[in-house]
Amino acid sequence: MKNDPHNDNEVFTVGLGGAAGDGVREAGQNLGILLTDLGYEVFLSFTYPSLIRGGHNFARISFSKEKIWTDHEKLDVLIALNEESVKKHVGELNKDAVIFADSFDEEDKKTFGENAVELPMSASSKELGVPPITRNSVAVGALCYLLDLHFPTMQKILDIVFRDKKLGANIKLADIGFEFMKKMNFRHTKKIDLANASVRTKKIFTDGNSAFGKGLLAAGLDFYISYPMTPSTGILHYLAGEQKKVPTLKVIQPENEISVINMALGMAYAGKRVAIGSATGGFALMQEAFSFSGMAELPLVVAVSQRQAPATGVPTFSSQTDLRFAIHSGHGEFPRIVLAPGDTEEAFLAGANALNLAWKYQVPVIVLLDKILSEHSATSAFDGANGGAKIKIEKGKIWDGKNGAGGKGDDGKAVYGRYEVTEDGISPLAFPGTPNAVVKITSYEHDEAGITAEEAEPVKKMVDKRFAKKDTLVGDLKNQETVKVYGDKNSENVLVFWGSTKGPVMEASKYFDKPVKMVQVVWMEPFDSERVKQELSGAKKIIDIECNHDAELASLIREKTGILIADKILKYDSRPLDPVVLAEEINKFKIIIKIWQRKQRKQKKSLR
Amino acid sequence: MAEKTEKTEKKPEIKLSTDAKITWCPGCPNFAILVAFRKMMEEMISAGELKQENLVACAGIGCHGKISDYINVNTFTSLHGRVIPAMTGIKCANPKLTVVGFSGDGDSYSEGLEHLIHAARRNSDIKLFIHENQVFALTTGQANAVSPLGFKGKSTPFGSIEEPFSPLLTMLSVGATFVARTYAPDIHNTGKIMRAAMAHKGFAFVDIIQPCLTFFDTREFFKDRLYWIDEKLPTDNLGRAMDLVRNEDGRTPLGIFYKADRPTFEESLMKEI
Repeated sequence: MKNDPHNDNEVFTVGLGGAAGDGVREAGQNLGILLTDLGYEVFLSFTYPSLIRGGHNFARISFSKEKIWTDHEKLDVLIALNEESVKKHVGELNKDAVIFADSFDEEDKKTFGENAVELPMSASSKELGVPPITRNSVAVGALCYLLDLHFPTMQKILDIVFRDKKLGANIKLADIGFEFMKKMNFRHTKKIDLANASVRTKKIFTDGNSAFGKGLLAAGLDFYISYPMTPSTGILHYLAGEQKKVPTLKVIQPENEISVINMALGMAYAGKRVAIGSATGGFALMQEAFSFSGMAELPLVVAVSQRQAPATGVPTFSSQTDLRFAIHSGHGEFPRIVLAPGDTEEAFLAGANALNLAWKYQVPVIVLLDKILSEHSATSAFDGANGGAKIKIEKGKIWDGKNGAGGKGDDGKAVYGRYEVTEDGISPLAFPGTPNAVVKITSYEHDEAGITAEEAEPVKKMVDKRFAKKDTLVGDLKNQETVKVYGDKNSENVLVFWGSTKGPVMEASKYFDKPVKMVQVVWMEPFDSERVKQELSGAKKIIDIECNHDAELASLIREKTGILIADKILKYDSRPLDPVVLAEEINKFKIIIKIWQRKQRKQKKSLR
Repeated sequence: MAEKTEKTEKKPEIKLSTDAKITWCPGCPNFAILVAFRKMMEEMISAGELKQENLVACAGIGCHGKISDYINVNTFTSLHGRVIPAMTGIKCANPKLTVVGFSGDGDSYSEGLEHLIHAARRNSDIKLFIHENQVFALTTGQANAVSPLGFKGKSTPFGSIEEPFSPLLTMLSVGATFVARTYAPDIHNTGKIMRAAMAHKGFAFVDIIQPCLTFFDTREFFKDRLYWIDEKLPTDNLGRAMDLVRNEDGRTPLGIFYKADRPTFEESLMKEI
């Protein structure tokens, strides 16, 4: 099995299974923080059904010395908090994988032999008189032993991880797990060395929803308004919690999505920086008001997190099926921006950029996320992601009171017009409460003063004004990271993808042995046709990789550039792409021959 | 359709009308509501109770919604049925602003009823004036949520089979802290009630009976039914207010039925955590 790519010596994967309510997610998150603080690169996925108690929850953590883009399917360690977890994940174990459980049945004992470790998880938490939900900490300690982690460092970090959460008993339980393994004199498993193991890294371990929220805050968010809907709810939870640290931030949960967006538009009108969020189903309810924000030119950021649809779909699983819906959302024609970040660091930047762009161009900006991006966590560096530069807060074009669309009034003062026609299509902003400015906005077509207009001439004039704004925006695309290119930029073989599919593609690329160019489209609207064309036109073979049925990006590329992409890898079973399986799929197109050779060579080298 | 242009106010310091052409039907009681509102604004601004720039008038969509084009103040003309959440948004964003809203019975009793209920429940500090004509007028005459049983409109040519509901009773039961009703043609009293609503801290709900002369002329119907309640009666008795608005004697009371003092949504929101 030494050629088995799943048994990659450079990646270690831990699975943590239990019933809903067993604290699977929290334990996974704690382990992720611990490993990140030790200096590892970590990726955590969390899988759960749409219910509160009793269903099977599963957290999977892959970590490595180098950047890890997504978790791997095959497990080196399985922590089973209930019997079901052993049965469910037995097919996903690597050779010699270790399984921790309170107890095993005879059959499992026979199958797994010494790799089945009966760890006193429930018994220890009972002995300490703490709730059973804490029992997974025993396994965290045992895992630390297994990995032969630098014990004092680990203990110090555990202390921080749990002390932050005021869970002192967890440290004690982790100690018990560690000592139990030590007493057994259990072997250490494959070890992933770290050059600076004792250095606490500046990176943080976070999910995409929180990263996006941090980005909004960095760009001066005043209000976040949302009605809960998986997988966007994490943004609401994160920002609601931040209100204490950021006194200027206010978070509101109104009666429904329609109220959410209309409330937000009122806030934008009154001059506050506001963002809203929902899953695509909730965003579908907001369509009329989204169009209103385009008509009234009210700056608004909308986080739209995709899940498996149509309709209620598969609420806690992922998809990339709403690209077309997002770029075409709202009735009528008006400029808007749609950004599709691909990982936590990009989600942070998208949050910050979205708010600035909304105010600069007075347009609605959608940030398109999905379940994987929203809820899975990764080791992230937000400062570095921005080249070390701090996020600037761009307030847009504010009215100076000197000139106005209405000329001069009887009093000699400038008469403000909210929809003043300007060369770049962007009208100066004034907000209610400004002396000598009457600020009129409306969902009707209007004149420069904001008064209803139905005659042909002013109607056309306003359409032209809004699209002059789009021309300005398109002209500015050269200053934006609309498309990102990875791998060998000169390769004739190109993989093209968007959103969270970036993770599996980048992770799979670790197994490629032939140079491949990887093109990620980030700006979906306005679409940077020129740049996309430039990156794809020299290619001999292009493979489009998406998690949907209709290859929505490929169709968009065809529409905007004329380039037809015939080869596609499409996954629409609501489950994430496994990087190794994806590498095998790509291999079928014969562009990355001898796919496992590099790994094999490396392994041979280390044996010598 | 009327084609006359509203005369511009002479006083340059308080210019409350615009040059927009008024397109309500001739004689529409909406003119009376407009006059009452402008008069009330002028009084408040002259008295120094309100700065013109700090007033935001919002409107929904329907005949009532045209009012925002006719008043020279900050306006927010929303979508059909969605004026209330926008008003709460504006008040949250800048609590110094006085946020008033015009809505219709199609706008807030049919399409956006949920917002009306929730804004009352959370005591959002906004003032809402509802033009109630018991018919969809701008869409040329269909039954709405407060049209009487048997109403014959273009979508119910053989008579509506639905019972109307009582918005006032609903407002009282969900926690509105100011509940009043007036009659549009009575400009003086409408202005008085509007001013009392403006002075109220919290959610102020004013139902304005506004007969639609084109599609549902109820002037004759209301002629002997309307009566003003005794102003001296206490306004803090919820049970009495509910009894009053049930109209059990077949008559329709006008006036301020209920007032209560409770923290507003916006002041609670802005409190430091």
